[in-house]
Amino acid sequence: MVAVKLVFLGKLADLAGAPDKDVAGPLDWAGLLAALPGPLGEAARGERVKLAVNGVILAEKTAVAARDGDEIALLPPVSGG
Amino acid sequence: MRDVRLLEAPFDPEAAVAAFAAVHPAAGGVASFVGKVRPDDGVEALELSHYERLTLAGFETLADTALARWPLDGLLILHRTGRMTPGDPIVLVAAASRHRRAALEAVDFAMDHLKSDAWLWKRELRAGTWHWIEPRSEDHTDLARW
Repeated sequence: MVAVKLVFLGKLADLAGAPDKDVAGPLDWAGLLAALPGPLGEAARGERVKLAVNGVILAEKTAVAARDGDEIALLPPVSGG
Repeated sequence: MRDVRLLEAPFDPEAAVAAFAAVHPAAGGVASFVGKVRPDDGVEALELSHYERLTLAGFETLADTALARWPLDGLLILHRTGRMTPGDPIVLVAAASRHRRAALEAVDFAMDHLKSDAWLWKRELRAGTWHWIEPRSEDHTDLARW
């Protein structure tokens, strides 16, 4: 299935119960939130969580736009090496 | 010369530094730092996760920045991912240069960046329960030195 792949990093993977999830595209900010139930959606809205589409960090995550085949990563604050 | 790697298995930092030094026979000095899992706070294990599309690229950019800033013959960054136990090496940074200060400063610079803005997420196993580690404010203060 061609889809948008959501990748959950750090504690977001715990909230999601899996490291990734496929969602039918196209996906904008509202569509992304709709695909993230409960605490995961709340975490995604938090100002410290960043989004990357295909490895490029978004300056404004609410402007996210992804098509089937794209990968959206949800990045919580890093904890350092 | 830049050598930057993410490692999923344990490594031997002493052997890696020796190999690095052998590749740079003309350097007047080699400085290195090895970070290990601290055997305290009741930590039974530590796990580092990374993101394929960002983490290694970020290390490479960091290495290029150090190579542009100091006159180095070479820079080595080895960083573990996955599960480690107390005493295990997590990170090795080594720099070779003609004179000591460039190598010492480049290693310090790279470590401060690796500790604060690398794309890594860390959790610790204490008393049988995993805990995600939040960023430390000291790590960000350290960055301001540069």
